[in-house]
Amino acid sequence: MSGLDTFRADTRVWLAENCPPEMREPVRSDADICWGGRHFAPSSPAQKDWLDRMAARGWTVPDWPKEYGGGGLSAAETKVLREEMAAIRARNPLNSFGISMLGPALLKYGTEEQKLEHLPKIARGEIRWCQGYSEPNAGSDLAGLAASAEDGGDHYIVNGQKVWTSYADKADWIFCLVRTSKASKQGGISFVLFDMESPGVSTKPILLISGYSPFCETFMDNVKVPKANRIHDENKGWDVAKYLLGHEREMISGMGLGGGGRNPLIEGAIATVGLDHDGRLADPVLRTQIALFEVRAKAFAAMSERFIDELKAGRAHPAQPSMMKYVGTELNKDRHELMMAAGGSDALEWESERSNTGAAPRAWLRTKANSIEGGTSEVQLNIIAKRILELPGA
Amino acid sequence: MPLYLNEEQTMLRDTAKDFVAEHAPVSHLRALRDANDATGFSRDLWKQFAEMGLNGILIPEAQGGLGLGHVEAGVVLEEIGRNLSPSPFLTTAVAAVEALKGSAQADRWFPGIVAGETVAALAIDEGAKHRDAVALKAERSGNGFRLTGAKRFVTHGHVADLLIVAARTAGSPDDAEGVTLFAVPRDAAGLTASPERLADSSLAARMAFEGVEVDADAVIGEVDAGRDPLGRLLRAGRTGAAAELLGIGGGAMDMTVGYLKERKQFGVAIGSFQALQHRAAHLYSEMEVARAAVLKAQQLLDTGADAEMVDGAVSIAKAITGMATTLSVQEGIQMHGGIGMTDEYDIGFYMKRARVLAEMFGDVGFHADRLAKAAGY
Ligand SMILES: Cc1cc2nc3c(=O)[nH]c(=O)nc-3n(C[C@H](O)[C@H](O)[C@H](O)COP(=O)(O)OP(=O)(O)OC[C@H]3O[C@@H](n4cnc5c(N)ncnc54)[C@H](O)[C@@H]3O)c2cc1C
Repeated sequence: MSGLDTFRADTRVWLAENCPPEMREPVRSDADICWGGRHFAPSSPAQKDWLDRMAARGWTVPDWPKEYGGGGLSAAETKVLREEMAAIRARNPLNSFGISMLGPALLKYGTEEQKLEHLPKIARGEIRWCQGYSEPNAGSDLAGLAASAEDGGDHYIVNGQKVWTSYADKADWIFCLVRTSKASKQGGISFVLFDMESPGVSTKPILLISGYSPFCETFMDNVKVPKANRIHDENKGWDVAKYLLGHEREMISGMGLGGGGRNPLIEGAIATVGLDHDGRLADPVLRTQIALFEVRAKAFAAMSERFIDELKAGRAHPAQPSMMKYVGTELNKDRHELMMAAGGSDALEWESERSNTGAAPRAWLRTKANSIEGGTSEVQLNIIAKRILELPGA
Repeated sequence: MPLYLNEEQTMLRDTAKDFVAEHAPVSHLRALRDANDATGFSRDLWKQFAEMGLNGILIPEAQGGLGLGHVEAGVVLEEIGRNLSPSPFLTTAVAAVEALKGSAQADRWFPGIVAGETVAALAIDEGAKHRDAVALKAERSGNGFRLTGAKRFVTHGHVADLLIVAARTAGSPDDAEGVTLFAVPRDAAGLTASPERLADSSLAARMAFEGVEVDADAVIGEVDAGRDPLGRLLRAGRTGAAAELLGIGGGAMDMTVGYLKERKQFGVAIGSFQALQHRAAHLYSEMEVARAAVLKAQQLLDTGADAEMVDGAVSIAKAITGMATTLSVQEGIQMHGGIGMTDEYDIGFYMKRARVLAEMFGDVGFHADRLAKAAGY
């Protein structure tokens, strides 16, 4: 047996013993998602056990080095772990912008001190992070941001407003882009971290069309941010920002994959319109739409697998996450459109038990942001056209 | 297995790329078309393919081939697609070889295929749309069989040396059981071919079987168990057609992107217009999705994965390349503007070939339907 086979066998046994049965059920509502943080209130004892057990092995971030709270696994072992988790439909033990966005940026640009300070807490889900990028007048044109950081000696004094800060009201810390120089647009930005409990920070929720408001406006009024909290050099924050955006796009593109295993779209359609005597969906147009969608979704799954393989081998084009994000998010929107169509009037119920399983109108509405957040589809297409196809500038 | 080409496969791709582009570029197709060539492809080129060893790409080394897999065959097919090279490679070296593999008939036909002397055609379709149904009758007669019925859309059927024929030895057309696969020499008495030139200027025949007598040893595999070799043929053929489609879509896209950089209007390259950039970027993304799906199907075929999984991946590959390549050729013509509509410019050839291959071995709808049935809806 090769080392990898042994690892697979051991992992399978460990998961079987340690993944609580409740954590092998699909996530049904937002409350079911584990975000950790200072004020973490587990939705069930199983959720907490699952997080703690995985974190103890470093398996919330299996491929990070052990000294930063990771599992120290190789790329191949990480893939095996994910496969084995998928095989038992194990839930993600921890959802975290720290893992998917800040972590990779810290690993690349952080000092040893910064890594030791922040990464283990991210791995254990002790600190919840939010992202302070967008501003009212700097969305797609992110580098046009205005929030200012003035030199105060060993610290900066930050003033300004961020918008669309997901979960800012629940987050403990923020990674934030600020302007440290007006001399150059992209060359005057710095990347800083600060505690959301710092004096001068306040948030205000934004209600979305889905009825949820996990998004906030974040106001910064003379906030003191130690210079030791700056990642990478002063005025070099744009490099960090772009690197992190690549990871953000990669994460968002995963939405195109849908859930593993059972297919709520097909189950929902069968439940509402039924099968005819040939065992086919009784609504032939809906059946066709779903079947064609499934072709695209499964082909996209192959592209995701290919992308990860290429990334690990260091052969992915740097603009590839833009392509993944573009295709993945448009697909996820299509999936939810179809889920609504399949669900019929059941899918319209706003607050019912039923609306929390399968097609829910809130989830449908939420997906409309997939092609906006993290850079709009139009912006991704610009990137693909210019960086991959090398089409000329206007 | 990582989902990209390994070093040897990349080398093979580069070789195939140079070889096909040099010996059978689009101008080769154009010349055959202009000459109203009655064969539809070049026998000399088929010989050259053999000299490169390519015809035996899927044939085991013990039988004189290269003993490689579907990824490698696909690499060659993609270049054939990119150059729109008329070639019996897909029907002969891929589909027929897979059907014959491991059967007694392999020893008879493989040497000629490896040598570039034998061309095989597939007599599997009976309607204008590809279906699983088989009606052509094969009745026991003497110590062999008598074939009666008709097949259509038989590419190279009028010049092939060997026909792989799906026939019914029991039951009725839609039954899964009772199908037998035969290797029928083209010169068998009672077999006639009426070739028709298709939109892409290839030739496909309607074949009539009027009591064609074949020996018992013409059976590939077992009597009534022809779905096995036919299944191998179809999996290989569909995956191969998907790879060729990928080449067609990619070739059309490369032409289009090249044109966007070169054509000037309003004093600038048209490729600087965002409306066109976005469409090009969308097209590129769709082609990349299709590429991954094709490679996935090829790899699963090669590793001999679970049959249900392979079948699913094959249908996804054929369906997605049908969609992506159709988009590519349509956008190709549109973004070329008026010149795209001229016969003199090559982009139209891509549109025609894409339509033919999209239909072959089942179109997008056929494969989407198959996936839906397999998923129970
Ligand atoms: C649900 C949600 C969550 C978010 N979470 C966060 C978060 O946690 N942290 C954070 O910092 N930000 C977050 N964002 C902000 C997000 O990144 C921005 O909304 C996004 O970058 C678009 O900016 P904008 O909203 O200002 O739109 P605009 O930039 O004003 O765009 C408006 C329209 O113009 C188009 N457009 C703009 N420029 C171009 C161009 N050059 N070419 C073609 N079309 C163009 C856009 O594609 C769009 O269609 C979130 C947004 C949403 C909706």
